[in-house]
Amino acid sequence: MRDTSQNDPADEPLLKVRGLDVSVRDKKGREFKIVDGISFDVQPGEVIALIGESGSGKTTISLGCMGYTRPGCHITAGSVHLGGTNVLEQSLPRLQELRGKEITYVAQSAAASFNGAMTIDAQVTEIPVITGAMSREEALAKAARLYSDLELPDPENIGKRYPHQVSGGQLQRLMAAMAMISDPRLLILDEPTTALDVTTQIEVLHSFKKLIRDNNTAAIYVTHDLSLVAQVADHILVLKDGQMVEYGPTEQIISDPQHDYTKALMAAAHLMPEEIHAPPAATADEAPLLQVRNVTAGYGPAQEIIALRDIDLTIHAGETVGVIGESGSGKTTLGRLISGLMGAKQGGVFLDGQQLKHSVNQRSRDELRQIQFAFQMADVALNPRQRLNKILSRPMMFYRGLSQREATKEVARLLERVGLPADFAWRFPPELSGGQRQRVNLARALAAQPRLIICDEITSALDTIVAQQILDLLEDLQDELGLSYMFITHDIATVSKISERIAVMRHGRIVAQGPVDQVLQPPCHEYTQLLLNSVPEMRTDWLDEAVVERRKLVAALDNA
Amino acid sequence: MSLTEILWKRMVLGIGTLIFVSVLVFLGTEILPGDVAHAILGQGATPELLEQIRERLGLNEPLHVRYWVWLTNFITGDFGTSLANGADIGTEITRRASNTIILALCTAIIAVPLAIALGLAAAVKPGGLVDRAITSTSLALISFPDFLVAVVLVTIFAIKLRWLPAIASIRPSYDLVDWIRILILPVMGLTFTILAHMVRMTRSAVLNVLTSPAIEMAILKGVPRRRLLLRHALPNALGPIINVVALNLAYLISGVVVIETLFNFPGLGRYMVEAVTNRDVPIVQTCAMIFCSFYVLLNMTADILSIIANPRVRYKK
Repeated sequence: MRDTSQNDPADEPLLKVRGLDVSVRDKKGREFKIVDGISFDVQPGEVIALIGESGSGKTTISLGCMGYTRPGCHITAGSVHLGGTNVLEQSLPRLQELRGKEITYVAQSAAASFNGAMTIDAQVTEIPVITGAMSREEALAKAARLYSDLELPDPENIGKRYPHQVSGGQLQRLMAAMAMISDPRLLILDEPTTALDVTTQIEVLHSFKKLIRDNNTAAIYVTHDLSLVAQVADHILVLKDGQMVEYGPTEQIISDPQHDYTKALMAAAHLMPEEIHAPPAATADEAPLLQVRNVTAGYGPAQEIIALRDIDLTIHAGETVGVIGESGSGKTTLGRLISGLMGAKQGGVFLDGQQLKHSVNQRSRDELRQIQFAFQMADVALNPRQRLNKILSRPMMFYRGLSQREATKEVARLLERVGLPADFAWRFPPELSGGQRQRVNLARALAAQPRLIICDEITSALDTIVAQQILDLLEDLQDELGLSYMFITHDIATVSKISERIAVMRHGRIVAQGPVDQVLQPPCHEYTQLLLNSVPEMRTDWLDEAVVERRKLVAALDNA
Repeated sequence: MSLTEILWKRMVLGIGTLIFVSVLVFLGTEILPGDVAHAILGQGATPELLEQIRERLGLNEPLHVRYWVWLTNFITGDFGTSLANGADIGTEITRRASNTIILALCTAIIAVPLAIALGLAAAVKPGGLVDRAITSTSLALISFPDFLVAVVLVTIFAIKLRWLPAIASIRPSYDLVDWIRILILPVMGLTFTILAHMVRMTRSAVLNVLTSPAIEMAILKGVPRRRLLLRHALPNALGPIINVVALNLAYLISGVVVIETLFNFPGLGRYMVEAVTNRDVPIVQTCAMIFCSFYVLLNMTADILSIIANPRVRYKK
């Protein structure tokens, strides 16, 4: 930790956090510490990153720096000094003044955090106008300047819109403008790019970095992604279970991590593998398990809103096909189409050379059994009021005609197979962690003894280390059972590690497909290159290069 | 869909509902044993006389023809004449309806702002003293039926304290003060019955919004408490609040029937109750149609308002 001399005011840090404890009270009234003895400093103009997985307390700490705790939590010890003021001792009205002017906040999901009933300008200029710091005209002019600094389109007019009328990446930048309008001394960024598409992420990150640098604002950057943080932070504070694990300059943390946990985080970071291995060539001669032939499909009564165009895709037995694209590219729609949740306008889906009916209702039980679907959000996909035994035995009874007694025995085996204790059969989904729930989600698909599992972003909502464990499990299951996977994701780094073949989707079309090494090895399609270019690298000068490259690629794509 | 399209669709639906309701009201009186001719002649019915009256009233026409005649008459404001005394229903309805409208309007003007204010006050600090007082009182009020509340009010204010009249009949000589004196108790009775729902719904709608990330953001950007509630939370809770307000104003109608009868107030509700006891079918039909139209129109207005209150619908992408 930085050793600051108490006597020299010039050396006094902007923010000084000492021994911060935050507790929650559980149902029985017992106190439980979720943040334990955190101390750190932020110097003027410096960016410090709080990094950790979900539950590590990183958001709680950053909110604590603003004197705020979420309902149910409270600060039980410690101090937070901003300049000379102890933030934790301020009255609520005084705190609201501090929050509007001195410390500002950029939330994770701008889409949820903007007020849907007010225009963007009204929200961005709200605080300086109501506190009388600026006239409405001054505030609007300043907002427009910030919009332009953040490289938003049409800076004079974009603020007149309502939040739902602009894109997610734009909203996130607009929120940064809202945070910067009062020229704060400290800016808190809470996972500001996590909700964005990968290719948008680097643009937004670049804007933030520029903004912080140009205004010489100090910032706390909260994230779970070590490679991202390497681009913006001067210091990194690694957190686990509310405690400090490691604290040091960015260069040192990424080049020479001391603690095992930091090393594990580094290992699980979303980086491209050094080398992409060519898949074994044997699969090509066999008859394919599943074929999608010349499919065009869309939404609306007559499928007039086209979501998929001229799709051809082949999946062989025992292989993993990665389908990659950004939100709106049609990748999930393709998964839904294959599983029969929606029909095609043209073309068809063939299983073992036999064309499948469009709708699940028309497909035979055995056809249904062979293609199973694992959803992204395990916590939504699993009925919270059914025990795992019931969740998992239902597909066994339905598809395989087992009795309840046989199914219950099978459930125990299945749970062990996916790495969960057999007695979890009597638990409810909410009693499980996110990673455990995703294992159950997979187990439910396995319970039908399928040949193909469509995995829709199943690791996207998980922490990096847990996601890696799920990927390992997928691979084990494939080796043992000869399963095929269609792995739908936006994460090209993950897909490059686990797939034999990949298909890159954009605007409802497959723009490139083939064996993983051929598709991802240069020279590749501009869009594939753009996706590759968006995967952060663990070096501090990556971002600036990536942004330049990105703009070239986007221009090339727009002209094509 | 554009905003106008949505509004048109909603209005067509509302009109469809009204037509359906009119069929029900018409058939409801058809299903009753005996026809209007029986009702008019009563004990003295002979087959010849019955046939004569049926011929005169057009009762021998097929069902759909009679429905059409009845509906077109109703729409053009011709409600027919009372079976009991042959008086024109239209004139009586106008007089009664204006009384009921005064009663309902007074109740709405007091109850709606009061309910929203109390709901907001309760939502400011959930679990706090104010919240517990408001929620438990409103729970108690929901649990009492409206006639009981009215009887208790009469017992306290009219019989024990002798401050206000127990009966709300109207004389032509009444001035404003007299009107206010007779209206206080019925309005209080009605307010109590509809207040509780609106308070609780406002509270939960606002609480729901207060736990949203948008409100956390507003707190973290330093919006003062009062502005947070009125400018950030309330507009986002308006949709459900408008709906519960409309539902309760519609509920006022049935409350009006009970309260008017209890206080002997010469409004539409009591008119209908009297007509039911006299088996005066044309009056019952007319009142039922008016009440139902009011109900449907109110709900339609609420839907349209909550659509308009949502900027996602007002301004397309």
